[in-house]
Amino acid sequence: MKRFFSDLVRFRRGAWEMVASILIGVGVVMLMQPFAMWAFTWSFVVTLTGTVMFIVVSHFPA
Amino acid sequence: MANPVDRVAQATPPTIARRVRGLSDRAIAWIFVAPTIFLLLAINIFPLIWTIKLSFTNFKANRIGREVKDVGLRNYERILTDSDIWLNMQATAHFLFWTICLQVLIGFTLAWLINRKFKGNDLWTTIIVLPMMLSPAVVGNFWKFLYQPQIGLFNYIVTFFTGAKASSFEMLGQVNLAPWSIVIVDTWMWTPFVMLICLAGLRSIPDYIYEAAEIDRASKIRQFFTITIPMVLPFLMLAVLFRGIENFKMFDLVVQLTGGGPGSTTELTSINLKREAFEKWRTGYASAYAIILFVTVFGLASIYVKALNKVKER
Repeated sequence: MKRFFSDLVRFRRGAWEMVASILIGVGVVMLMQPFAMWAFTWSFVVTLTGTVMFIVVSHFPA
Repeated sequence: MANPVDRVAQATPPTIARRVRGLSDRAIAWIFVAPTIFLLLAINIFPLIWTIKLSFTNFKANRIGREVKDVGLRNYERILTDSDIWLNMQATAHFLFWTICLQVLIGFTLAWLINRKFKGNDLWTTIIVLPMMLSPAVVGNFWKFLYQPQIGLFNYIVTFFTGAKASSFEMLGQVNLAPWSIVIVDTWMWTPFVMLICLAGLRSIPDYIYEAAEIDRASKIRQFFTITIPMVLPFLMLAVLFRGIENFKMFDLVVQLTGGGPGSTTELTSINLKREAFEKWRTGYASAYAIILFVTVFGLASIYVKALNKVKER
């Protein structure tokens, strides 16, 4: 966990890709879940943030 | 006799040859790649950028002369607060989840069985692969007959096993059964595809690994979970990726079978999108809808490809 946060601070690819992947996953679940309308409404913003972040951070050093 | 390169060099007119000799390797490489890049830009990138632009307008493709107004994020706002679209997303999620689960489970089991050497192995492979070779329109019409409550074979098979009256249920007409009817047909049609990919994975495992495991007295179950599954996993993940993307934009099969009904219980996002774009002609709105679906599929595919590479490296 400590290493994960240290990689985040040092802008390392692995840790940031993990954050972006979680955002995309959460966004897709929010889009397709049957429980809360507000989650559906905000799902696209979350997915888009994750996707753009993923494209950017995949150019970070490993 | 001169080799083909020399013959081509001799046949090239001197003026062209002089011009080509003057180009660097990099320039020649660009000349070869340029047509592909041009096609890619024209067919993929330009329409994508154009769709993004249209998604911020009230453009209607059936009223070309009408003034096009910039509506900002209003199309996105309307889509993401529409409860009907939310229901379509849930229908898509149901379809996606169950088709992938069933196809992976049945496809892998079939591949595992076919991989065991037995008489008529090739014949069975051919028979199993047949549904995949049919057109979705044909499969849709064909299953429509099978699902007929009065004369359809499907209802009679269910009657044979459960004792329920054949005309007492209608697969395509009942709200609770229609989503399952499209799952069954898609699974029937595309399980062979998953089976073929899994079969390729199973056949790529060298026999000596199993022989070493036998020497170490590993049980068959242990061999299955520590050799077969990890080595087939990249292939399975690839199959899930292909089927996931395909089923997210599933259209033809479902239109033929249910047309999105009864009500809108089987109206998947792609069917809804087509209605918005080509029946209601709300092109700007439909473009925003398409961008939302695109970002979702693109995001999922990105993390999936990443995971696939990690599994392959292992």
